[in-house]
Amino acid sequence: MSSNPILTVSNLTVTFPDNNGGLRALDEVSFEVCPQEFICVLGPSGSGKTTLLRVLAGLLPPTMGEVNFGDHQQPRIGMVFQQSNLMPWRTVLENIRLPLELTGAADAESRARELIDLVGLTGFENNWPRDLSGGMAQRVAIARALIHDPDLLLLDEPFGALDALTRERMWMELSRIWQARQKTVVMVTHSINESLFLADRVLVLSARPGHVKLDLEVDLPRPRVDDIRYTPPFGQLARKLKAAIE
Amino acid sequence: MTKPSLTKHIRSLRPWLGLASLLAGFLLWQFAAQTGGLPSFILPTPVDVWSRFVRAAADRSLFLHMGVTLTEILSGLLAGVAAATCLGYLVAKSRLLENLLAPYLVASQAVPLVAIAPLLVIWFGPGMFSKILICALIVFFPVLVNTVVGVRAVPPALYDLMGSLRATRTQILLKLEVPAALPIFLGGLRIGATLSVIGAVVGEFVGADRGLGFLINVGRGQYDTSLVFVAIFALVVMALVLYGMVAWFEKRLLIWQETSHTL
Repeated sequence: MSSNPILTVSNLTVTFPDNNGGLRALDEVSFEVCPQEFICVLGPSGSGKTTLLRVLAGLLPPTMGEVNFGDHQQPRIGMVFQQSNLMPWRTVLENIRLPLELTGAADAESRARELIDLVGLTGFENNWPRDLSGGMAQRVAIARALIHDPDLLLLDEPFGALDALTRERMWMELSRIWQARQKTVVMVTHSINESLFLADRVLVLSARPGHVKLDLEVDLPRPRVDDIRYTPPFGQLARKLKAAIE
Repeated sequence: MTKPSLTKHIRSLRPWLGLASLLAGFLLWQFAAQTGGLPSFILPTPVDVWSRFVRAAADRSLFLHMGVTLTEILSGLLAGVAAATCLGYLVAKSRLLENLLAPYLVASQAVPLVAIAPLLVIWFGPGMFSKILICALIVFFPVLVNTVVGVRAVPPALYDLMGSLRATRTQILLKLEVPAALPIFLGGLRIGATLSVIGAVVGEFVGADRGLGFLINVGRGQYDTSLVFVAIFALVVMALVLYGMVAWFEKRLLIWQETSHTL
């Protein structure tokens, strides 16, 4: 990619205090993310994937190293969590509107409706979260993460809690939404298929303490359809990732 | 054909069953009091109580005493809830404050309020203020506990969400903590509303020259047992209205919850 990186992570180390000199979750992690790039972070559980995302979201300060957002020192973050994390006292529309309420935008209502259309939830505007299926709730969460036009979209295993069929349908949805909105995405996952289906680049983290073990360009053509999983290039990339994870 | 229509018929009558049962209770009471041979200063009939009520209502004395007790209840409830909510929020947020206040909170719960009510009347006089204080104290603990539990029950993941959106402290309070803690808080308020009626009456028993608790004392002293019943019914009505108001608010505010409490 030729454009300037929107995000530069250099020598990022995170240590959690414990009784034994500290638990090192991330160890000298460095990478760059270009605008509109879709990056997947892959790794075994306990490799600090979620920790990395929390640092990028500004929820956790780095112990050492730095996270640099280029000209946006206070980047707008859209985050989707493993659980949909909706507020049960807000309707679908009100949940999606939340980020704009915090910044005080005037056209919150119309933008929320536009996103409800984009994620395919027209007609559910006034439903309570308790009435939504897992997949629908996660679509609401994605819409909520997009509404304030974030500089960076952070996805923390957003489809981990969904059943296999719903999950694969959500891949298609997400890649369609990503292409429509042209967002920079960092997504944490533990699924090789998911990362190859969605990402431009896959970073593989090692087991704890996590460091970047492999930085793999995914040069599969887009739009990626279901059948791509059965092509030889997909298989080769999958084998490389599998080997890196062990 | 008759069977389903019969059950349907009974179901349509169900809302009236409570009223019918109440009416039957009054009839039974009337019957028992008339045939039991007890003098009316021991057990008056409902008709006696009704005529005593009409008399007390006509000279407005009943409404004066109700007004006094209601003022005490509402003022005490307001003061107790305000103090308990503020302190509860701070305790929920600070373990240090919790540790500092824990002995007092536990002690305040261990002391029966009925026992210290005389002390409060000695200190603050037989006027309304000592009753308001007793109401506030009795309301304080359940509201405080429920505020602490409610605020601590806010899902940590929602704090992460607000953090990732760079929400301010005030925004987190208003858009996350208040609505998330509301169900548990309102449960405490419901208990508090009932307790505050008890607080006011206890205070008036100890020393007062007006209020429904005072009226009960007067009725007892003059063997005017019908008046005691009138005062008790007035208290019941007030407690029910208060409880109903909190329950109504709860229903309105917690419309998003699957189950709503009806009792």
